[in-house]
Formats: sequence, C-alpha cells, structure tokens
Amino acid sequence: MSHPERSAGHALTVDRDRLPVPGPTRVFPFPAIEKSVLPNGLRVWTVNHTQVPLVAFTLLVRRGAASDPAGMDGLAAVTADMLDEGSGERSAIEMHEALARLGAQFDTDIGSDATVTSVTVLSRFTRHALELLSDVVVRPAIRDADFSRVRQLRLHRLTQLRDMPGAVADRAFLKLIYGAHPYGHSPIGSEASLAAMHVDDARAFHARAIRPEVSTLIAVGDCDHGEMVRMASDAFADWTGAGDGERPDEGSLPQAARLNIVPRPRAPQSELRIGQVSAPRDTPDYHPLVVANTILGGQFVSRINLNLREDKGLTYGARTAFEFRRRSGPFVLQVSVQTSGTARAIDESLGEIAGIRGSRPVTPAELELGIAALTRGYARSFETGEQIGRAALQLALYDLPDDYFEQFVPRIEAVTADDVSRVMARHLDPARLVTLVVGDLDVIGRDLSGLGLGDPVVLPPDAF
Amino acid sequence: MNIPFTRHTLGNGLDVLLHEDHACPIVAVNIWYHVGSKNEQPGRTGFAHLFEHLMFEGSQHHDHGFFQPLQGAGATLNGSTNADRTNYWEVVPSGALELALWMESDRMGYLLPALTEAKFTNQRDVVLNERRQNYENRPYGLAPMALLAALFPADHPYHWTTIGDIADLQAAKLDEVRAFFRRYYHPANASIALAGDVDPDQALALVDRYFGGIEPGERVDPIHVDASLSNDVRVHFEDRVELPRLYLAWLTPAMFAEGDADLDLATDLLANGKTSRLYRRLVFDERLATDVSASQNSREMMGYAQITATAAPGHTLAEIERVIFEEIARLAADGPTDAEIERGRVQAETQFMFRLQTVGGFGGKSDQLNAYNVFLKDPAYFPKDLERYQSCTKASLQAIVNRYLDPSHRVTLSIVPHGRASLAASGSVAAAVS
Repeated sequence: MSHPERSAGHALTVDRDRLPVPGPTRVFPFPAIEKSVLPNGLRVWTVNHTQVPLVAFTLLVRRGAASDPAGMDGLAAVTADMLDEGSGERSAIEMHEALARLGAQFDTDIGSDATVTSVTVLSRFTRHALELLSDVVVRPAIRDADFSRVRQLRLHRLTQLRDMPGAVADRAFLKLIYGAHPYGHSPIGSEASLAAMHVDDARAFHARAIRPEVSTLIAVGDCDHGEMVRMASDAFADWTGAGDGERPDEGSLPQAARLNIVPRPRAPQSELRIGQVSAPRDTPDYHPLVVANTILGGQFVSRINLNLREDKGLTYGARTAFEFRRRSGPFVLQVSVQTSGTARAIDESLGEIAGIRGSRPVTPAELELGIAALTRGYARSFETGEQIGRAALQLALYDLPDDYFEQFVPRIEAVTADDVSRVMARHLDPARLVTLVVGDLDVIGRDLSGLGLGDPVVLPPDAF
Repeated sequence: MNIPFTRHTLGNGLDVLLHEDHACPIVAVNIWYHVGSKNEQPGRTGFAHLFEHLMFEGSQHHDHGFFQPLQGAGATLNGSTNADRTNYWEVVPSGALELALWMESDRMGYLLPALTEAKFTNQRDVVLNERRQNYENRPYGLAPMALLAALFPADHPYHWTTIGDIADLQAAKLDEVRAFFRRYYHPANASIALAGDVDPDQALALVDRYFGGIEPGERVDPIHVDASLSNDVRVHFEDRVELPRLYLAWLTPAMFAEGDADLDLATDLLANGKTSRLYRRLVFDERLATDVSASQNSREMMGYAQITATAAPGHTLAEIERVIFEEIARLAADGPTDAEIERGRVQAETQFMFRLQTVGGFGGKSDQLNAYNVFLKDPAYFPKDLERYQSCTKASLQAIVNRYLDPSHRVTLSIVPHGRASLAASGSVAAAVS
C-alpha cells in the first residue's frame, strides 16, 4: 500500500482508469484445535480464542432426522426440542430461567445427520453454562405433559407451513427425489407421524441416539484445554448410552417425473426447486464441486443469478447448492420468480446446468473469479467464537483431517476448468433433474407443458 | 467495553471513523448515507430502496456491476435501506482496502454518468420481485403495510414501508433517480467507518485521496413530524393464512430517547423467550397462542412498540387480547420483579459483548460506529448505550409501561384467513392493503 501525499490535490492522485490491484493476503492459519476423549467416548475439543470474553459451546451429536424410525418422521426433532424442557427436579420453566439468568444464547439445531446444541455465554459463566448444557443434553426430563405441549406446537407449526410456499417446496422436493430414503423428509415430520408419537418414543430415541461416543463437545473462547476437559469430565461423567440410532437406506431412490407442481392459486410468484440426489460430503470431487457451484449459482455474480436477476429481472435472487451430507445429499437450485416468468426461468435454469456440464464450459475469467472468491476472503469465516465452533464441527461431523482448513485454499486453487466440467457431468444428470413448482397452475399450466418436460404432474398440497 | 476509534472530517464534510482490530487480516468498509424512506414523498414511496439497488449496477469508471471485482478480491458485501438511513458495506482482505475505497468513492462521486434506463427498469423489476417474495407471497407479509398505515397519518414519513407501494414503484422515473442522488448521496450527508486490520494513518490518507475530491452537496436538514393516536384504532384484513394473528402497536419514544431502553426491556420481559410473561401464559400455560413476540422498534423521529401473537386452533384473538392487557396492567401496577431486572441487565451485557465480535457487516463494529455518528454525532456512544440498559430500574420501567402501553391509544390489527372476517378482534374495520 503506497503512502500518498496528504497535501497533494487528492482528486488528481486518483487513477480512475484502472482498479487497484489488491496486495497479498496475510497468511491466516486456522486456530489450533486441542483434542481429548473422555472415558465414555465423548470427544472434547477446545480452541483458544480470546478476542472477547465469551465462550461458545457447541455439542454435536451425530444423529439427526435421518435416524427417525420408519413411520416416525419428526421424532429426532421433537426429542431435540424436549432437551431444554426440564431436567431432574427442574421444570421446563425453571430450565429456561436458569439459561436466561446467564444471559445465555441457547439454540438447538437439527439436520439430517446431526443434532447440535449450542450455548454462548460471558466467560465468567463458563462452568455454569457447561453444567446446564450437560443437564439439557444428558438428563432431559422428557415429561409427558411437556411432550404433549411441544408436539402440539409442532403440529400448529406444520399447519402454518402449508401457507409458506418455500416450506411447501422444500418438503415436496425432498420427497420427490428421495422417497422413503432417510433423507426424504424434513426434520419436522408430518401431521400423521407426529400424531402417532408417544412420549416413550422420545425417551427411547434419546437413550438410543443421544450418546457420548457419537458426540463432540467443542469449546471456543478463553479456555485452557486441561481445565475444560476436567470440567467436561465432571459434567458429562454419567453420560452413557446403548444402541445405534442409525437407520439404513431403504432400497433404490425413486425417479420422479421431470416436472411437478403443487398448485397455489393466485400466487404472485412461483417457488422453484430444480435438482437431484448428487454427492456425499466425502466425495473426492468435493473441491471441484464447490468451485463449480460457486460459478453456477453460489455467489451474486453466478451464472444463474446474473441471468435470472440481473439480465431478466425475473427474481430477487437465485442460487444453487450441493448440500453435502454424510450420505449423498441433494443438489438444488432454488428461486422465486414472478408468475409470468415461470417457464422461462425453468428453461434458462436447465440451460445453465446443461451449459456448465460441458456445452458452455467455464471460462478462465470465471474460474479465476470463483477460486478467488472462495480463497481470498477465507479468514473472515473464523472471526467469532461461534464461527470457529461451526468450522470445527464440520471436521467432527464429516471425519475431516486436522489439516483440512490449511489444505482448503491450495486444493481449491488447484481446480481446473476441465475438473469443473468433469465433476458437473458426473454428478448432475439432465435426464434425472427434477423440477418442482409451487405456483398458480391455472396461469402457468400451458407454458409449463410447452417446456418439453412432459405435462406437469399435479401434486396435492397435503401430500407431504 | 467500548469501540475505540478516531474521527476526522474531510474538507467536503465526509466523516471518517477508524477502528483498529488486527485479530483477522480483514478490513470492514462501511458507509452510511443519512437518507431512508422517511425522505420520500407520498406517491413516490419505495424510492430510497430502489435507489440502493442502482448503487450496485456500476459507476462511470467501472460500469460493469459492483460485485465482480470485490468478490474476486475475496470480499463479502451488501447494503440495506430502512426508514432512516441507507448503508453499504464490504469486508475485504486487508490488501484489498484500496480497491473497496475506489469502488465506494466511484459510486459516491460518479454514479449518474453510468445510469441508464435499462438498468433502472431491470432493478425496478427485481425490486417488484423482492416485494412479491418477502411481502405479497408470504403469510402475514403485508402486516407492516397495515400497521404503519394505521399508526401514522397519510402524510407522515413513517406512514409507508421502505419497500414501497407497487403503483409508486411502477410510476418512478429515471429523472427522479438523478435528483435523489444529487440531493442525498454526497459526502456531507455520509459517514464512512473502517474497522479491522488497518494502519489508521494510511487508511485516512487513502480515504482522503479517494473521497476528498468529491463535491459536497446541499446540507440535508433533519425532518421531524409528530404523530399521535387519539384512540384504539382497530383494523383487520384477510390473507392466505391458516391461523388468525393479532398485532398490537403503540407510538413510543425515538431511538436513544428517554424511555426507549425501558421499552426494549419491557417488551423483552413481556414476550421474548420462554421465560417471558406472555409466553408463559399464552403458550405455556393456557395454550391460547402458538407464538408471541414483542419489540420496541426504535426510529429516528419516534418509535413504535409491537406485540404479536397467533391464535392456537380453537381459540380467539379476543382471548389473546384480554390476556395481553391483563399482563400489561399487572406490569404497570406492580413493575418488574428483581429477577427480571437482573436478567435484563445480564442479557444486555451479553448482547453488547456479542456486538464486539465482528468488524463488519450488518451490526458489526463499523456499522455501530456509523449508527452512533449519524444518529447522535457521538461515535463514542457504545458504553453510554449499554449504560442506558444497565440504569433502567423497576420504577423507570413501570413508569414507561404506564405511559406508553396505553390500552386506549393503540393500533389493533387482526390478520385472518380469507372469508373469515368474523375471526378478527371485535369492532375492527377492513383495511385495504396490497
């Protein structure tokens, strides 16, 4: 960075004919993770991060909605919801009050492969927060009355989700591409499955799935590793479990129709999902797929967003993602487009996917931009304790090596244009891409039939 | 707890705030323009936000879209508009600071030569789609339109939402965009904050080099328009929803004014989180509602407090309204408990500590410095802001609840399923919203 003359006529010193070329980026190593394992199998990881006096705890249990038993969609989520509803003699309200007294930021998050409980507090509450976290995860009371209330709230939530086009699309799309596979339902489950559940199911699920040997406690903050291990040993000493909780895949994946619609009369926009089952997190093609997705639909200047938003003005934004999971996850393009532009948006989207598979390979400029966007700003993903905790969680959830973050930048930089075409051709198959529309069938039905994808299969809104 | 900074004002009136934090090799660039939807006129609503979109479409010396060079440098960036201000930010690797300043200064100084009818039409279509996605096609999404319209009279600058009316957006003209830029987008109506891995002397010199030559525009005088509610304004509308929802709203003190912090705490203890009084009664014990929430929406001229609850199947908005006013009356009569006051203090301390974690983005340290500078001309306000919350007492909170959460001066909005107007709270009239 040059030292301009302060006294010079400033406007004159500015060269507006060309953009400044950024200087080199200071190397920023991912903070080191110290690791221990307790006798019961619980892994305890700590990262020293002392910018602000906060400690961020993340407790990962590698069991999630994919472990829902057949016919009991939503059990993992409702069990997770029961964790902070009281423990031992403590009622649900008393547990909430105990967390509130610490000013704790407390959250439970459930995905297909994991249940994650997190709590962030001022450093002076570290020990207290850890004890509460263990009460929540290890010793939830799961009382009948609380279970009924929590389940009822989830049923109300399902009722409300029926009016939310994005939620309808997400649920319908998973069912279309996965069918009876453990990834084929959203974590909240369905009215029928929730109604059939009993409090004993939640207790049994907790005993079977929420176990120390599939769990990792991650603490990020001003914490000494040895001290944290001692505190965790005290708090989690009596945590045991038996069983597995994994649910096997069920047969082959379905092949849905190429074009499907859930009617939403008078909708001003159509909610679109286009995609298929693609690759698992441990695919050797991970880094090329990340680069490819960035160029296709993973950033503002992606092909899809520039086409549908900046060129045609059909949407507020369009994006794509490979949702990597332990088993093969979905690739999905998602966008809300104005009703009149529905067929055009589908046609353009399919064209962009076909293009990046090979007919319009990525240009050197696109590749350079995509790689730079992924690597040059890498450091900003590790600014807060919670961000570092989430990053460490990726290592624990997907069995990634300790040097994963150090290797990320060089591995992304090594991706070539040929790699992009190759992996997109391998993991995306135009003949298998499934398109789902939640929109106004009466208005767009004819346009949809003209897409060459066959007449749209009409799905009833309550089918999911 | 504070955000150390230095402040400088360039000859053209641009305020420059600098904060060092070398933990990560990144720099946040954050610019506020003191203009929002309150500076619009009836019949021309949605303009400030539409304009924000055009700021990303290229300027005279880089007429190719704003994102590309910055994303190529590893930046993340965004902007937002509300009633009172518009902000733009980038978080860049330290070595790309000059690029970010080049880009921001080019659009502050040289936007109009690159502005075309085609860009304008395209971004108006994008904004109309943003409106469809976030308001029209979303259950209860038109609630802000109905609430603001009932709280503030038609000529009040807070009467309309920032996204604007469809007809107004469609009627907007390119000439008006040009006039808007000249009036509000200039150094004397802006404040820039840099936070992160910077050398303050070098950073100031760079800001001066890139922004110092931009001509200041005419000063923008603050506007203030009063509003009051003379009674309980009861309105409803029908929407594509399954469950009726009740919104109660009151006019309240402005951001940072006396009573603003008390109302933040009062709305928290009434309806935020599972320990709140209304959650316990409405959702936990009596199960009349599926959810309840509340907020003090602080704004520059005045604020409004809001309580929202959705009826559980089989229950009515009348039952919910009754319980809410019982709990407000109890709080007004007895004040908060010692435990509630203590909890509020710890939560404020924690929330303020969270705010010190990031240099950039919405709510990061650079954004906060600009907020304090633009609204209060006091970028050192962070510890005083926390003190506002720590100094609330049972008595002050009780007094503020008595004064502002008045059952006879409020808005009562019901949103009910199509064809079920009878489910609205009693005595309400149909509101026209779109």
